[in-house]
Amino acid sequence: MQRAVLAALLVCVALASSAGILSAQQSQAARALSGAPELRWGGDAEGGEPFVYADPSDPLRVVGFEVDIAAILARGLDRTPRFIQVAFTSIDAEVMRGDFDVGLSGIEGLPARTARLALTVPYYAFREMLTVRQADGARFRTLADLRGRRVATLGATLAYELLQQAQTDYGVIPIVYEDDVHPYSDLAIGRVDGVLLDQVLAERGVRRNPGLMNEPQPVGMGRYVGILAPGNTALRDRLNDILKQAMRDGTLEALFRKWKLWNDDQPALYAQVLAEEGSAAKVPQSNAELDVWQATRRYFPALLRAAGITLALSCGSMAFAVLLGILIASGRVYGAPLLRGVLTGYVEVVRGTPLLLQLFVIYFGVAALVQLPAFLAALISLALNYAAYESEIYRGALEAVPVGQLEAARTLGFSDAQTLRLIRGPQAFRLALAPMTNDFVALLKDSSLVSVITVVELTKETSIFAANIGSWVVPGALCAALYLALSLPLARLARRLERGWRPA
Amino acid sequence: MATSVSVLDVTDLQVHRGPRLVVRDVSFAAERGELLALMGASGSGKTTVLRALAGLDPISGGAITIDGVTMRAGGRPRGALLRELHRRVGMVFQFHHLFAHMTALDNVALAPVHVQGQSHAHAQSRARALLASLGVAHRADARPHELSGGEAQRVAIARALAMEPPLLLMDEPTASLDPARRDDLAATLTTLASEGRTIVVASHDGDFIKACAHRTLVMNDGRLVNDALPR
Repeated sequence: MQRAVLAALLVCVALASSAGILSAQQSQAARALSGAPELRWGGDAEGGEPFVYADPSDPLRVVGFEVDIAAILARGLDRTPRFIQVAFTSIDAEVMRGDFDVGLSGIEGLPARTARLALTVPYYAFREMLTVRQADGARFRTLADLRGRRVATLGATLAYELLQQAQTDYGVIPIVYEDDVHPYSDLAIGRVDGVLLDQVLAERGVRRNPGLMNEPQPVGMGRYVGILAPGNTALRDRLNDILKQAMRDGTLEALFRKWKLWNDDQPALYAQVLAEEGSAAKVPQSNAELDVWQATRRYFPALLRAAGITLALSCGSMAFAVLLGILIASGRVYGAPLLRGVLTGYVEVVRGTPLLLQLFVIYFGVAALVQLPAFLAALISLALNYAAYESEIYRGALEAVPVGQLEAARTLGFSDAQTLRLIRGPQAFRLALAPMTNDFVALLKDSSLVSVITVVELTKETSIFAANIGSWVVPGALCAALYLALSLPLARLARRLERGWRPA
Repeated sequence: MATSVSVLDVTDLQVHRGPRLVVRDVSFAAERGELLALMGASGSGKTTVLRALAGLDPISGGAITIDGVTMRAGGRPRGALLRELHRRVGMVFQFHHLFAHMTALDNVALAPVHVQGQSHAHAQSRARALLASLGVAHRADARPHELSGGEAQRVAIARALAMEPPLLLMDEPTASLDPARRDDLAATLTTLASEGRTIVVASHDGDFIKACAHRTLVMNDGRLVNDALPR
């Protein structure tokens, strides 16, 4: 039965992904026919200055050095550049879908990308910088000094791969953020002891957060590239020619000088790129499948561990939500009007605002007052959120216990508290069991939202895995199978309990 | 029975349901060991009288004295008064209202343990004895939804008797019984009365009442219209 579900799921994933490839090919064909006057380029304006960001004087326009690169590329192709906003973490998947022609957003030329996508020649060389608090400047000079310490970075980056290596080598604990602002603010308040990111971000982070400093010794070197769909090598070759021309004639130098990003690493990079002319960027496509299975074997333990975190987080927060929900429901059924009003207000506010916002408020919003560890903040947020929903279930269930049961208890001399504990509560619990199971399954999946506050649970680990191998098919199927493995036994258990407790 | 004592004394009882007066100036008394029937059509007010006696509905006029404890007009009885009252009155509802989530035995033993503070083992063995005396010992482990109407009623009687109240109230006890079971119930109630328990039965089943009641009160439109011995 479970195997059949899994098989059906795999078929769906496969169909969906082939449909995506098909539509990408069709839309590319359509553009070729229409003469395609636009160069559609994708980037994440949330990434901010100096890559791509909303123009402060005209927030509908984007500016940044990537915008200028796109302009050079479009001019060389005799097209008009058009910016497409895309979340940084899904930029690879979207270029494969054909949502835009080229992705330019401080994208690193990682080996995983080389195997999956068509990459332009690199146009900017950067250093991976370790940022620490000034007070720790002498203690934490390199990753090796940070044994057992928490070091922040962004997922699916070179810095993350360096940190994973440092985890194996030195016992550094990588903490994955979804944005490039909070790693530095959390470093400033002591939630992490270091941040490893590229120098553009590191310099901006130090500028914005007094008390931080960048260690002079770079941890590694990386390069920004443009990414294209794997079949789109013809356009990629034309873009490479335009970029190389811009390296030769000083256009790129002028561009990076304008953004104050020019340094000695760049001429060296250009010399290397121009020397490799002719033999450049041969993309190995052949052993990609083998890589998927190797990567799966490598990532599977991490997925299992992440599933454990999802389960622990869901069970823990559900337990608190149930307890709190019972208290809220009891207060709303038995309490004085003032208490009822306060509790009703709580339920309405919590149900009426997004869980994502509540997570941000509890983790980042109150960080100046109390710095909750990420897992605890996630647990509390989910518990407070689901308590509101649980309380509504219990209130309904308490009110659904037939009044005759309560009158029978009264004539036998039970107090209100005894009646609630011995008769009304247990019967309400049986009525609440089905909707509670439903909520628990929903919570299991909602727990994926906590990745925004650096908790790496099942969905986040899956997206890291997917970004690393450049495909969602295998990671997606494994992730779905793990979620089902967590939720199906629970649904079955709840059904069995319900059968045993059927009321008259 | 000139020497017997009055267990129940109702004087000028008035009960409102919302703005409507549904029981008007009802007065009667019942003695120890007396089986009193309250007759009348649906809506005549007999169930309301029983609910007032059980402390389920507030009374708006008059007084009820049960074995020395008096309820007067005001809110529903609460606190110490309620506890004193419920040591004296047991109620068997028309639809029994057995606690749906526990076995017949636990239904009977629950209140002795939690209200009277009896030990679990003692309450359970007494509950078994009560179920046996009512002929349903074999259903001790059944849940309410597995019991027939007659069985459920016997368990409900056992649950009320487990608290040893001097006064037992029964609302429409024959509604869910076939004729043979009805005769059994009449015999059971007669035995309980002969053991000294006062019983008030609200019913509109004339044959049943003739079979067991010592005295019958007839209600119509919230008033007592007749007070007579059926035999």
